[in-house]
Amino acid sequence: MSLRLDLQVISDWIPDGARVLDLGCGDGMLLHHLQQRHITGYGLEIDNRKFADCIDAGVNVIQADLDQGLSQFMDQSFDFVILSQTLQAIKRPDFLLAEIARVGKQGIIGFPNFGHWQCRLQLALGGHMPVSKTLSNDWFNTPNIHLCTVQDFEKLCDDKNISILNRSIVNHAHKDTLGTKLLPNLFGQIALYQIKKFT
Amino acid sequence: MPDTIPTDSVGLVSPETLHIEAPITLDCGRSLPRYDLVYETYGKLNKHASNAILICHALSGDHHAAGYHSMNDKKPGWWDSAIGPGKTIDTNQFYVVSVNNLGGCKGSTGPTSINPETNKPYGPDFPFVTVSDWVKSQALLADHLGIQQWAAVVGGSLGGMQAMQWAISLPERLRHVLIIAAAPKLSAQNIAFNEVARTAIKSDPEFHDGHYVEHNTLPRQGLGLARMLGHITYLSDEAMHEKFGRELRNDTIKYGYDIEFQIESYLRYQSESFVEHFDANTYLLMTKALDYFDPAQEFDHDLAKTVASIQAKCLVISFTSDWRFAPARSQEIVNALLHENKDVIYAEIEAHQGHDAFLMPIPRYQEIFKTYMQRVAVDCGAL
Repeated sequence: MSLRLDLQVISDWIPDGARVLDLGCGDGMLLHHLQQRHITGYGLEIDNRKFADCIDAGVNVIQADLDQGLSQFMDQSFDFVILSQTLQAIKRPDFLLAEIARVGKQGIIGFPNFGHWQCRLQLALGGHMPVSKTLSNDWFNTPNIHLCTVQDFEKLCDDKNISILNRSIVNHAHKDTLGTKLLPNLFGQIALYQIKKFT
Repeated sequence: MPDTIPTDSVGLVSPETLHIEAPITLDCGRSLPRYDLVYETYGKLNKHASNAILICHALSGDHHAAGYHSMNDKKPGWWDSAIGPGKTIDTNQFYVVSVNNLGGCKGSTGPTSINPETNKPYGPDFPFVTVSDWVKSQALLADHLGIQQWAAVVGGSLGGMQAMQWAISLPERLRHVLIIAAAPKLSAQNIAFNEVARTAIKSDPEFHDGHYVEHNTLPRQGLGLARMLGHITYLSDEAMHEKFGRELRNDTIKYGYDIEFQIESYLRYQSESFVEHFDANTYLLMTKALDYFDPAQEFDHDLAKTVASIQAKCLVISFTSDWRFAPARSQEIVNALLHENKDVIYAEIEAHQGHDAFLMPIPRYQEIFKTYMQRVAVDCGAL
């Protein structure tokens, strides 16, 4: 089975044999895929609807609310802590980011870029909250309560003493174009960062 | 009474007894010169004896977990919803063993058994038993049945604690452990409820310091009260409201102390039927076994250190409305396992039934439980 494109990028960033914590692991697809490369760890997920899929795939899934932090895990106890497409739905992304940097030797964080020109245009000219392929909910029913732009995220990392080791900012088809390379905050739809606590 | 046995039932079953002639020294320091363990089995042990599942029962449970003893039985065994052909614990795949704990009153040696030293029932002189004692004694049953390693040890509530103790005490003897609606130890509130139950039993004039059998009587009032109290803690406020509300037995309030509300009627019925088939001394013993359960005590009260020896893969399940052993208590177990990098899966099931939810066929619970048991089946070569 082929992996979702952003998960493929994440997978490429993780070396064989690493120990990982996947925050918001859903049906466990990423961890299942990583297991073939002897990458082990846990998935955390608040919604147990897909737990049977995780169990089927041999993934160790723990029901947990990410808004409560990661206090059950020790400092630097994972090689990678992954948070894919979930940051914007967290009550306090700044706290969780700090937790990721505490628990993981490295973090991998992916989110939809709210600075994309279509979002800007819908708000500036349309006068309404942006709705797009990656952000398909209306303002009143969206789980995405803390949307940010590439620029916002990088500033938060800077404020939190977190260094960015790697980033991949692409369009909705996960391709990088001339636009995403030159003006990522304007042309990127999906942002993926590899981060590390600055020591 | 079943007119016909349902096709997904293990059918008519009969208990067996293992006489153990070797003495057992219990945690309390006393010993039993010999003892019996009564148990039932469902399904067939495979050639490599790798498909055996041990079921651990809760406070007032026993070895009769599934099927019927006779066509006159009103109800099947206590976990019939989960055990049977095609069910969550599929007896077409697994050989299921269910034992009455030592100190029980359904056939395993306990307070109602004859003390060989006095030729009278043990009564209140039966030694205190602990969860560890049960593990130790049931390991001999496993030996007798030729089971070197359980495919899984499964239990809910006190049974979940016993399953956990198996994984800690005899790590190499189980591949999986399923700890359902349990806690790593009782809270002060849990112990308080148990103490009220014990006080109710002991203050019944018919209790006679535990020697009621010699007096040809039973502490019905006290044991009944204990059971009523227990029942309240097994249900959630919401479940009770849904089942009984403020419904009256008759249409009007009578301004008296007879049964008026349906919930009163229910509690009284539950307690009256319970006292006729459960021994008060056993009830006292089982509540103490619960109170004493605290495996971390031997490990500087460090639960992570306690579970460090576990080799089994773990499934931990809790229920949202369980206030007896709330989800936070299961999370304590999970966090200790995570700390030690153990294989663990944890699910918190949305359920309004309270602690008793672990006995109910709740779809999400069954789905997760059954999927896990399929993994156990693959792992132990039962498939």
